Amino acid sequence: MVAWTSFKALYLSRLREFYRQPARIFWVYGFPMIMAVSLGLAFQNRLPDPTQVDLVANDASKPVEAALKAYESRAASAKKPGLVLKISPLETALTRLKTGKTPLVVEPLAAGPSYHFDPTRPEAIAAKKAIDDILQEDAGRVNPLKTAEVEITEPGSRYIDFLIPGLIGLNALGGGMWGIGFLIVNFRIGKLLKCFMATPMPRRNFLLAIMASRLTFLAPDLAVLLGLGVFGFGMPIRGSLLLVIVLDVVGSLAFAGIGLLIAARANSTEAVTGLMNMVMLPMWLLSGVFFSSERFPAAIQPVVRALPLTQLISALRMVILEGAGVAAVLPALGILAAWAVVAFGIALRIFKWT
Amino acid sequence: MTDRAIRVQNLRKQYPGRDKPVDAVNGLDLDVAVGECFGLLGPNGAGKTTTVEILEGLNEPTSGEVEVLGRNWRQHATEIRERIGVTLQETRFPEKQTVLEVLSLFRSFYRHGLEPAEVIARVSLDAKANSYVEQLSGGQQQRLAVAVSLVGDPELLFLDEPTTGLDPQSRRQLWDVIRDLHNRGRTTVLTTHYMDEAERLCDRVAIVDHGKVIALGSPAELIARLGGEHIVEFAVGGDAPALDAAVFGAIPSVLDARAEADGYALTVGEPHLAIPALLDLLEVENRPLARLTTRQVSLEDVFVALTGRHLREADESNGAAREKPKRGRRGRAGAGRG
Repeated sequence: MVAWTSFKALYLSRLREFYRQPARIFWVYGFPMIMAVSLGLAFQNRLPDPTQVDLVANDASKPVEAALKAYESRAASAKKPGLVLKISPLETALTRLKTGKTPLVVEPLAAGPSYHFDPTRPEAIAAKKAIDDILQEDAGRVNPLKTAEVEITEPGSRYIDFLIPGLIGLNALGGGMWGIGFLIVNFRIGKLLKCFMATPMPRRNFLLAIMASRLTFLAPDLAVLLGLGVFGFGMPIRGSLLLVIVLDVVGSLAFAGIGLLIAARANSTEAVTGLMNMVMLPMWLLSGVFFSSERFPAAIQPVVRALPLTQLISALRMVILEGAGVAAVLPALGILAAWAVVAFGIALRIFKWT
Repeated sequence: MTDRAIRVQNLRKQYPGRDKPVDAVNGLDLDVAVGECFGLLGPNGAGKTTTVEILEGLNEPTSGEVEVLGRNWRQHATEIRERIGVTLQETRFPEKQTVLEVLSLFRSFYRHGLEPAEVIARVSLDAKANSYVEQLSGGQQQRLAVAVSLVGDPELLFLDEPTTGLDPQSRRQLWDVIRDLHNRGRTTVLTTHYMDEAERLCDRVAIVDHGKVIALGSPAELIARLGGEHIVEFAVGGDAPALDAAVFGAIPSVLDARAEADGYALTVGEPHLAIPALLDLLEVENRPLARLTTRQVSLEDVFVALTGRHLREADESNGAAREKPKRGRRGRAGAGRG
């Protein structure tokens, strides 16, 4: 009865406050979409870049030039990456190499071509290898072993497929920080929290209403990003949609707990913004939103893996892109639940209500 | 049921300070009867807000006894909250909600209460019932804050500096709301540092300074304690050194004389005796009169007599920690009541 009336009223009040602010709707739903679309287009899978090479113009350069040109026309007809060939005097070519404008300079000599390159640059090594193969084969090399190439261009392995789960995780993080942490501190600054506490409304209802509204906003949040991935980019959802939702909810609860924790005592916008940055920045950087977190050195991997966002995003990727089941994401669910429980526990213990 | 709405005995509240603990409230006693409009007066930092927050259950006393509506906070918190209303200083309500929505929200917190529409009418916000909070003026927002505290139909209402920073018209509108409550037999506890507000609204006032009650009584009683009913304020011209205020103490019917920042103030029983004598004295001393006003004694004078400070000076010495718009009451002094 009265206990739930106040919960319902608080919950509806939160919803109203949200949908009446178009700017907020844009930042929560519009911005991630724009980010997904623009990053998705920018990193669309295309042909690999053509190999860049500088050829020194001298007496012996004619046959080399002919071999490279011949390769280019073959590559063009086979729709394979070709060459960006620049022919210049030795001086100019070496200067271009030193200043990083070209990864490889081929200097044809009487004895055979000589390669100038920086062996610490991966693209220089790749260019040298590619050009050497072209010239060797042109000179009559026959590969003793016959090899076949199988190329993968299926949906699910593209950057956009990787990005969408990352953005879903990022939104869950942002929701916890802004929708719980920042909100509560603003209530405290505006004395609204105190005003609520002076009424017989149970504190529990206040917290539950904020949590419930947070989880409500999650639905369009998830729908927008998944919809964009599936209908806009043909991203597959290989695992269970229900499991995706469960992960997003548990992840959001973890971030809600952290949001409540940073709001526990802060009583100025500056303080809460600082705390939010302290929480969000490491996760933006380390949790593999935009690129795989496995690229970080092994030494910091335990830290990276302990972060709730890392767990949420990698579990989402496993379910969406690899079709993983409950058992596979159970450790991630466990870590997220632990974050939620510990953060809520501490937050409620130290929370300053008045 | 007891006929006392509030009973406070030897209340203390200590905050940890930078050098040593600060006693915000230091042995304060208070009794408020049911149906009374009671004023807590004093400069900023005197301990009014801390005291009221303890009464409202929003702050915990370091020691002392507090009884609200015959109950104590430790055992009956929810029960007390059902029966009191609280208006805090400058509450910011969610800005994208209408007045009606904010009141319906707060109404849902109480078992019994008034219809939001009725409360809106009481604070004369009918025309704004469907406006967003962000569209309200400062005075209207303050009336909304009062409306929020009324929606649970409280027996006891706390108003913490309800008119601070408001324009004169908004102040008057709020005074009407408070008088209306008084007529309905509700108990009101009001803190203010505007003495005129307390004189107009309160049955009894307690003057608080340095966390203690230094005077208690009806405004009329407190004023009567000064002996005289009039204040004569004047300034003298000329470059001669300032006169000692004690010189004026000898004038007939003058009960008290003190130097002010820009002149002197005399507490006078009968101005028609004192003023001619004053003019004679100044002529003998060869000091031209630069200014002369008379007015009735106010609570401000009571405060000055008790503490030797003006409320404004007290604001300046105590108010560093709390920034608030400071409004002098000079304007009122010349309002022609003398």
